[in-house]
Amino acid sequence: MALNMKEVEHVALLARLSLSDDEKKIFGEQLSSILNYADTLNALATDDVEPLTHVLPAFNVFRVDSIRPSMQQKEMLTNAPLAEEGQYKVPKIM
Amino acid sequence: MELYELTVHELQERLTRREISSEEIVKSLFTRINNVEDKVKSFITLTEEIALQKAREVDRAGHYNSIAGIPMGLKDIFCTRGVKTTCGSKMLANFIPEYDSTASRRLDEMQGVLVGKLNMDEFAMGSSTENSAFFATHNPWDLERVPGGSSGGSAAAVAAGEVPFALGTDTGGSIRQPASFCGVVGMKPTYGRVSRWGVIAYASSLDQVGVFSKDVLDSALIMNIIAGHDPLDSTSAAIEVPDYISYLDGNVKGLRIAYPKEYFGQGVDAAIKESINKALHKYEELGAIVEEVSLPHSEYALPAYYLVAPAEASANLARFDGVRYGHRDFEAENVIDMFSHSRAQGFGDEVKRRIMLGAYALSSGYYDAYYLKALKVRRLIANDFDKVFRDFDVIVSPTTPTTAFKLGEQCGDPLTLYMNDILTVPVNMAGLPGISIPCGFKNGLPIGMQLIGKAFNEGTLFKAAYGFEQNTTYHTMKPELGVK
Repeated sequence: MALNMKEVEHVALLARLSLSDDEKKIFGEQLSSILNYADTLNALATDDVEPLTHVLPAFNVFRVDSIRPSMQQKEMLTNAPLAEEGQYKVPKIM
Repeated sequence: MELYELTVHELQERLTRREISSEEIVKSLFTRINNVEDKVKSFITLTEEIALQKAREVDRAGHYNSIAGIPMGLKDIFCTRGVKTTCGSKMLANFIPEYDSTASRRLDEMQGVLVGKLNMDEFAMGSSTENSAFFATHNPWDLERVPGGSSGGSAAAVAAGEVPFALGTDTGGSIRQPASFCGVVGMKPTYGRVSRWGVIAYASSLDQVGVFSKDVLDSALIMNIIAGHDPLDSTSAAIEVPDYISYLDGNVKGLRIAYPKEYFGQGVDAAIKESINKALHKYEELGAIVEEVSLPHSEYALPAYYLVAPAEASANLARFDGVRYGHRDFEAENVIDMFSHSRAQGFGDEVKRRIMLGAYALSSGYYDAYYLKALKVRRLIANDFDKVFRDFDVIVSPTTPTTAFKLGEQCGDPLTLYMNDILTVPVNMAGLPGISIPCGFKNGLPIGMQLIGKAFNEGTLFKAAYGFEQNTTYHTMKPELGVK
């Protein structure tokens, strides 16, 4: 499986990573080589195999819906790259 | 014997007998760190002031139970309140958490003394610690070689006598492989045994917290503290934790040990195979039953892992967008550019590679061919182990195909580096516990033996590991490092 330039650009967009043309070329080659390796899985017949998403029996975990202390706004914002009036600030969205 | 050479239990005895104070231990460790750190480079952050303050508090209280007053290191993936937590990434170079991870908080509550945060491959992605955004760590046994990864700083610090024990994390081998390369004990518990809360996530269905130590007793001692259910981690198992120390009777008589032929194949160094075979003979001598078995899907574990883990990583690392914490590109004029530029600037190449690989494997049109296929293969791998464990207590294999390689040697092709994890990855895919213990040397470099156990049966692993350790001397060997 070899990735062409368009596919590399598509996956970079999905991943929200801006890449230079050189990076697109190198990552494209490396991803293709890893995907080729992944293709070895096709040697196995798995039509009747149940996928294993999680090794533990998965079930929903509930807790009592009671009021308890949570982190304060000021603490939550200490690592914000940019904040104003108790809110995260980002460039214009609209 | 210098203080820095002692194990946790030896330090504990001296504290209890009032022969030394915690403050003396901490000061002597910082002398050791000052002497060797410019060679080994294990630490991203040192917390000397905090450590001395805590040590004095413990000394004033005078209760030296458990690990009270004993120094420790944490892989820089564990959130520590008020102490910078970088995850080895430029993305989090200035991140100071507002809370503690459950595992480190439990150690803290037992009055363990944090001396610093340890180097790692960025976001735990790598097998050499060369993917750290800050600097490479050097193997204490040969400074031109890697300590392994991703928890390379933790392994190197314990091997170099900079800390008596450290925590790490293991997603595909990141505790066992560096433990093997550095000649220390590395315990990766069953998935769900130790809370992952406050541990920066890489691949959530595989990540597990574990211990680096100088011997098996210390490993059991620390597991007694960190194992157990945590309501903050819904995947942590509500299964009772036994006293692991009670398993350390040194008796392996009648223990049923399997060695899978697939783990002794081509690509595994002959000297390593010989070491493991010698260890198996030792077990037989000690009364264990040793037999060859087959785990037929072993070779498919690595390609399946490199779809499952990146897929989960691509989702987990989506949170690093420059909005709430971490690196931000302030030049971007719109929010999409801000995301893409912040991530491009903050992440290193291996992280980008795995995010893109994961995004691709999950993307429309490829989900069934790659991600779903990998999950089905994961089932086959887990079934292989289940079958063997119907008749056996422990599986023994080499931890790694080679001893520690040279810095820079495997930087070219990512796939070459991935092959390091070929013997450890299957264990994560099946969620089982595994431990690596020292079992020999090749040209002065440590060799590790991997013991794999049934889910939630760390006790039997400790029993088997201790039985070998107490009848051999590999764990007592120390690197020279050219300083006293």
